[in-house]
Amino acid sequence: MTVLKMKLNGKQVEVEIKPSDLLLNVLRDKLGLMGTKEGCGEGDCGACTVILDGETVTSCITPALKAMGKEVITIEGLSDGKELHPIQKAFVEYGAIQCGYCTPAMILSAKALLDKNPTPTREEIKTAISGNLCRCGGYEYIIAAIQSLIKP
Amino acid sequence: MRRWEQYFTPQSLEEAIFLLDKYKGAGKIIGGGTDLIPQFRDNKEESKYLVDVTQIPEMKEISLLEDSFVIGGAVTHAQLAGSQDVYNYAQVLAEATVCVGSPQIRNMGTISGNIVNAQPAADGAIALTALDAQVHITSADGEKVVPITELYRGVGKSKVDSTIEVISKIEFKKIDKVQNVSSAFERLASRKALALPMVNVAVCLKTTGGQFDWARIAIGPVAQMPFRPFLIEDELRGMPTDEESIRIIAEEVSQLVQPRSSKLRGSADYRKEMVKVLVGRALMKAIARLGSEPY
Repeated sequence: MTVLKMKLNGKQVEVEIKPSDLLLNVLRDKLGLMGTKEGCGEGDCGACTVILDGETVTSCITPALKAMGKEVITIEGLSDGKELHPIQKAFVEYGAIQCGYCTPAMILSAKALLDKNPTPTREEIKTAISGNLCRCGGYEYIIAAIQSLIKP
Repeated sequence: MRRWEQYFTPQSLEEAIFLLDKYKGAGKIIGGGTDLIPQFRDNKEESKYLVDVTQIPEMKEISLLEDSFVIGGAVTHAQLAGSQDVYNYAQVLAEATVCVGSPQIRNMGTISGNIVNAQPAADGAIALTALDAQVHITSADGEKVVPITELYRGVGKSKVDSTIEVISKIEFKKIDKVQNVSSAFERLASRKALALPMVNVAVCLKTTGGQFDWARIAIGPVAQMPFRPFLIEDELRGMPTDEESIRIIAEEVSQLVQPRSSKLRGSADYRKEMVKVLVGRALMKAIARLGSEPY
């Protein structure tokens, strides 16, 4: 066993893990953060996306120790517990959610994009979410929700 | 899923090599892990000790020198795709790396992993093949420099043994329009994201007075490794940079390559045809980038 130290959703955490643990399993099984989903388990579908030091990564193929000393943001880190984050609000408002399984990761990909580029083009939005599969197929609503956050 | 036992994050190249040497073949280099972790998952990988090189500062740098680039082995696809220097002076590599996987995969996956995994269609490696990249490989025995074309043993099989050595950096000449040198990348895939290429083509070329001085053409996946049609590249020297020459060259390359039929990547005949189209487009695009030709 070893101790993983990281800044998780704004707070320093220490958690005992096995060196072979994956970040996804640490988040879900050790820390109880169930918003991060496992889809394909191979890094393709993007359902397990989290933000690691500002960049999106698929946590299902990320050794947990890659997060040592770094900052991790999961969907649980967006809202303050009272109000939804503006991206979450936009997804609700635009009906950008059907089954919801891809949604936490989709919102994190949107956040990573908007944090770097507050005025993305439609093409840039499409690229930013190109690693997040939505099998309900509601991409247009997702794009509209993200576009609604662009301040003129 | 098979698992490793220990995970090391060395802060220097020396430390990484020390760890590999210490574990005598039971250790292995891990970069982004986007290929390696799925291999563990499929029980195809059994290294006990993983040595993560992505925290080694000198391996994460893109350096533009006077007339060449030095790319650290742990530089990610996203870094290359987002680098203004790479866009300006190695456009083929910027265009290729932005096609890899998805944003998440590009954020994690490294350029040296793209070489070591030895897939004949790896976009980054195809671009580096056209750039005639020299690969610096470091082990306990020291450093050797090997051209990228000599690093392949077969599909998915690299001569780089990442249980004992690591790609520390990759070097190639910069592509400078001022010297009439230019490059381009073309790719055909069934979707724009998360799709392996049916055919990908990278070219670098130099012209003088409306003629080809030299050209390097790299094509995947049409052989066991990134493919260079050396004889046709020789033939191209001195030919005019016009549409007719490009048509002839593209046709000859298409006749030469022997892609396999694949349910995922298309039939052999179709892919030969697409090699012709993509080689033609890539050559035209590279020439157009030099500015003086009417394409």
